[in-house]
Amino acid sequence: MVELPSRRNVLLGAAAAIPAAVLGTAAAPWPHDDAAHPSGGDHVSSGATKATATNHVGHAGFPTGSVPPERAGIDPTAILRDFDTGTVSTLPSGQVLREWKITAIDRDIEIAPGVTFPAWTYNGRIPGPTLWCREGDALRIEFTNAGAHPHTIHFHGIHTAEMDGTPGIGGGSILPGASFTYEFDAVPFGTHLYHCHQSPLAPHIAKGLYGGFIIEPKSGRGPADDEMVMVMNGYNTDGGDDNEFYSVNGLPFHFMDHPVQVKRNALVRIHLINVLEYDPINSFHVHANFFHYYPTGTMLTPSEYTDTVSQMQGQRGILDIRFPYPGKYMFHAHKVEFAELGWMGFFEVTE
Amino acid sequence: MTTTPETTSPQHDESRAGRAPRWLLGVGPLALIALLIGLFTLLNAPGLTGSGARVPEEAVAIENVRFEPGRIIVAVRNEGVDPVTVAQVNVSDFFAQFTQTTEQMAPLQPNTITVGYDWVQGDPYEIALITSAGGKVTVDVVAAPSPEQGAQFFGLMVLLGIYVGVIPIGLGMLWLPFVRRASRVWVRGLLAFTVGLLVYLTVDATLEGLELVAGSAAFGGSLVVLLGAVIAFLVLEGVEGLALRRRRDRGDAAEPSPQMFALMIAIGIGLHNLGEGLAIGSAYAVGSLALGASLVIGFAIHNTTEGLAIVTPLARTRPRLGRLAVLGLIAGAPAIVGALVGASVNQPTLAALLLGVGAGAVGQVAVKLLPMLRSDTGRVLTPITVVGIIGGVVFMFVTGLLIVA
Repeated sequence: MVELPSRRNVLLGAAAAIPAAVLGTAAAPWPHDDAAHPSGGDHVSSGATKATATNHVGHAGFPTGSVPPERAGIDPTAILRDFDTGTVSTLPSGQVLREWKITAIDRDIEIAPGVTFPAWTYNGRIPGPTLWCREGDALRIEFTNAGAHPHTIHFHGIHTAEMDGTPGIGGGSILPGASFTYEFDAVPFGTHLYHCHQSPLAPHIAKGLYGGFIIEPKSGRGPADDEMVMVMNGYNTDGGDDNEFYSVNGLPFHFMDHPVQVKRNALVRIHLINVLEYDPINSFHVHANFFHYYPTGTMLTPSEYTDTVSQMQGQRGILDIRFPYPGKYMFHAHKVEFAELGWMGFFEVTE
Repeated sequence: MTTTPETTSPQHDESRAGRAPRWLLGVGPLALIALLIGLFTLLNAPGLTGSGARVPEEAVAIENVRFEPGRIIVAVRNEGVDPVTVAQVNVSDFFAQFTQTTEQMAPLQPNTITVGYDWVQGDPYEIALITSAGGKVTVDVVAAPSPEQGAQFFGLMVLLGIYVGVIPIGLGMLWLPFVRRASRVWVRGLLAFTVGLLVYLTVDATLEGLELVAGSAAFGGSLVVLLGAVIAFLVLEGVEGLALRRRRDRGDAAEPSPQMFALMIAIGIGLHNLGEGLAIGSAYAVGSLALGASLVIGFAIHNTTEGLAIVTPLARTRPRLGRLAVLGLIAGAPAIVGALVGASVNQPTLAALLLGVGAGAVGQVAVKLLPMLRSDTGRVLTPITVVGIIGGVVFMFVTGLLIVA
């Protein structure tokens, strides 16, 4: 049963929202949830979202705010800085070996208040775990299919055909209950992704089988003060040819209610990955700030200094950004239709 | 076990005591059926439950969209067999704040959703309701402010009913002196013209009713139009049969008098105008109808002929003025009632049913008028009556084009 606010509450909310929008009174009464970040907290640590949702006065949003992470079972804030470096050991050759276990799990996720999405997930979350490794490492991903349909994991990177996660080649389709271990070396460095490659492809990806795959250059990049992953996705809930909901890291409007906490002048590195299906293109725009953009993260010099970047399906890149002023700055798809259907949020810059 | 008339009464009573009374034999199976249905429901369909699990089907109809300052009010109904919950509402790809009267709609249950949205007059919007299962129900609307439903609004509806119903019919009845001076052939031609326009109204009302409920499965969909038509037809036949029997009992001729014909036509047209008023009222209430001279003039010309239809059977009589006024009101006043009901209750199925009733009523009158077209040689379809019928249909068709509703 969906929890809805009392009729009076929402009527008041609606009545207040419209004049505010009309008069341009941007000073909307945003409840400042300090609980979202530990005071003076180490923002690099993967602090999970604790605050409750608030009302989007003057903005698009669900009447009851975004789905609380504890109810959805996924926490976009925690996913931001959750880099899974795997189980690390050293091979006799001296090569670093990283091992992960990934399981495909079918589960219902409440993506918007009252709206249940029958998702297919890697390890029970959307997006799947962000796999982090260093260029040249040996990677071993043990995949188990606990779902009801055949799946694969197709990694973007350089590897043999047998390890490509394509049906009919190598391990091919991994049937329900079956397992397969993908093994390859981490090349080339950059920001990549992995996703299911079972046909029909669009639903196999769009139901939630995707995740970030970061290969750090051997020589390293310039150190960042804060590093995070943002996976742009969508949910096609009615089986049509478009998405009803859009998000970053799984929950529409989450970062409106729980702004991404960053420090003033800190170098924030964002691995931005677009896995949106059904719509041709996605984009990222940040307010009042500019960033250096590294397409696919495969070069150490940026290609652009901008505040807006577009990505088509599977395209990704790195954004290096410093916020010179404290305050709250929106970020959202500059295709504002997506923004108002869930793909928007705030950075909150503090000293 | 039969009893002959000769059987003595004690024996008869004894045999009766061994048998169930007749009412019980009638009611018994009913009670048994009710009991079985109750048990079946209580035991949750033994043997069937659990097998053949099905995915719930969501069928939601958007019945009405009203625009009020700063908000949009959407009336929806669950048309399916499974409960439906509207979880989110978006207006042209913008998630909006909303409240609803019912969180979960049971089958056939209505729900009023109030959406906070600062709409712009004249702009088209797509309103999408997203259900808990992720289904999407959309409706495309153009924002137009809905009139407030105050005393002034209802006054307006009464005026509208008078304009399109009472006045045109009253004007049409002014042809009575002309009809009375007309020759027998001319009267037959006019009656044929009346038949033609009644045939037009029958078909037109049926189509209009079907259109209203097209794509709507709740309450039987288009079936209600036909149901309304058949019931109206049969009820009018029954009433007429009753009246004829009374005439026969009084020793009069067992055929309808001209006064009765006029009354029947008035009732039929009245029922038709009830449905028509309803359609006008509801169109106005949702802001999709521009009230203006062209609408009223169109209806006036269109409906004037209805007045002519009422007085034509009275060609050989001398009706009192009061009686004529009553006939006019019977035919025209339902438009007022229809407009009021239509403006306050937007229920397409009800409107469709009433349009069906009107179609059936008008059709019945057309059928009854046919014998009056009979020529001296006993033929119904003569050149003059055929021309009259076609003339009636064409006249209604052409004047119908004037109505831009």
